[in-house]
Amino acid sequence: MTKPDIEQIANKLKEKFSHAIISQEQSYDYPVFVVDKNELLHIIRFLYEDENFQFRYLTTLCGIHYPGTEKPFALMVQVHSLIHNIRLRFKAFTSDNEPRFDSLTSIFSAANWMEREAYDFYGFHFNGHPNLKRILNVDDMDYFPMRKEYPVEDRTRYDKDDTMFGREKAGYKEMN
Amino acid sequence: MELSTEKISQEKNKQYTTLNLGPTHPATHGIFQNVLTMDGEIIVDAVSTIGYIHRAFEKIAEHKPFYQVTPLTDRMNYCSSPINNMGWYMTVEKLIKAELPKRVEYMRVIIMELARIADHIICNSVIGVDTGAMTGFLYVFQWREDIYELFEEICGARLTTNIGRIGGFERDFSDVFWNKLDKFLKDFPAGLKEFEKLLVRNKIFMDRTIGCGPITGERALNYGFSGPNLRAAGVDYDVRQMNPYSSYQDFDFDIPIGTHGDTYDRFMVRDGEMWQSLSIIHQAIDKLKNLPDKKSFHADIPSFYLPPKEEVYNNMEALIYHFKIVMGESDVPIGEVYHCVEGGNGELGYYLISDGGRQPFRLHFRRPCYIYYQAYPEMIRGGFLSDAILTMSSMNVIAGELDA
Repeated sequence: MTKPDIEQIANKLKEKFSHAIISQEQSYDYPVFVVDKNELLHIIRFLYEDENFQFRYLTTLCGIHYPGTEKPFALMVQVHSLIHNIRLRFKAFTSDNEPRFDSLTSIFSAANWMEREAYDFYGFHFNGHPNLKRILNVDDMDYFPMRKEYPVEDRTRYDKDDTMFGREKAGYKEMN
Repeated sequence: MELSTEKISQEKNKQYTTLNLGPTHPATHGIFQNVLTMDGEIIVDAVSTIGYIHRAFEKIAEHKPFYQVTPLTDRMNYCSSPINNMGWYMTVEKLIKAELPKRVEYMRVIIMELARIADHIICNSVIGVDTGAMTGFLYVFQWREDIYELFEEICGARLTTNIGRIGGFERDFSDVFWNKLDKFLKDFPAGLKEFEKLLVRNKIFMDRTIGCGPITGERALNYGFSGPNLRAAGVDYDVRQMNPYSSYQDFDFDIPIGTHGDTYDRFMVRDGEMWQSLSIIHQAIDKLKNLPDKKSFHADIPSFYLPPKEEVYNNMEALIYHFKIVMGESDVPIGEVYHCVEGGNGELGYYLISDGGRQPFRLHFRRPCYIYYQAYPEMIRGGFLSDAILTMSSMNVIAGELDA
């Protein structure tokens, strides 16, 4: 089996999913594909099942928040072909405030907790996830803390007084 | 506990016991909760709850200049924090495209391999403790202590090291360090052999660990395993070989692999890795001796490498750089990088998005523990309760890394 280069993979993807590949760039040592969020699962599944590529290792998956842009939420997925040692990064953007993506758990068992983390911190929903609930934060938290609008100071605490340091008291606005 | 009720309804006469293992159970070495459904002593099902020591590192990192992120990385896998520190520095160096002298890279390799030995010592000796052999644990802690003294000699800290700088080390390794390292390299093999003699071919230990908590290579890959746990299942994926960083391509070392992915294999893989680490350290020392460069211990990147303190007090330029670096005012390129290193537990990745500001725009940690611990219920299902304890300790689940 010869090692495919990035061009070959990109061409194959463009051939199969011409409408779904929005852009492609090289970011440092990683090729990054920006793809349509509805096609992400199909692209990953194609790369997983293709005998030449064999992208069968899910390295990581996380949410990103770009406030003030047209499509502020993004899901980053990184897959690795261990046979050829090629790593690819995919990003899927959405403008929805309650973003919905297709779950990758049907391909990778590893996606289970990664997606729960993305739900926990960014409020991303994953269609087809077997057990989508908070994982690291408390169950009754009613906000998604990694979104940029949430300050580091815990808004649920009223006992912290930071006014001496030029900051408003945490939770001050909510109280009054 | 949806799964258990379903099972109960299938077999009407059968009664299962629900057992809370944790959150603070003395046998689980950390804060882990597993709600087990038991049929006598057999585990029918398990549900893991994590997050008890979640400290919001990713959120905090978005509000810290690059140097202040390092102490956060210390507190992930605190058994081998130098690897975490250096993984983070290398991520930043990749972002700013810094070129490091070979000497620095070899020095880093020595520290990282020492950290790996310290990490594996703890894991393997704890497997011994959980099988009832306390002695080995107490013996090998001497060697961990020696390694911590070596770290102390370099950076003054032992457990959460915050070792080095972006671009290298704060100072050159002292003679005391080299002497202590020589002594360690001379004495440790005998200690490790003694530890091996205690467990490796010990009938009780083998009966206890072979076939305990197994996982196939295929399942392990699907679960995103990495590090010794993946290699124990027979997959030879090691970041040091696959994507060499810090000049690992210059070293000649083997990757020990197992076949069954059970506790014994995980133990043996870690054991073999300690020998490989020793060999790498020896090679690094030889390479350092043969390098013409005998002095450099950091890269030439004044806007990121903190100047020495005596210069800060006496030299205007150094003072300016010091303030710029501490306040995070150095210009950083806009871009996103992913860098991974072979941590004590596997592929430790840093995904950094920089918007050119003083803090990371987004920093995501790929924590190997977090990813492979989700396979735990599958691995212990159908086994004994005592095997579950052993499986957890042989997976080397570190709460700090798990919960970030």
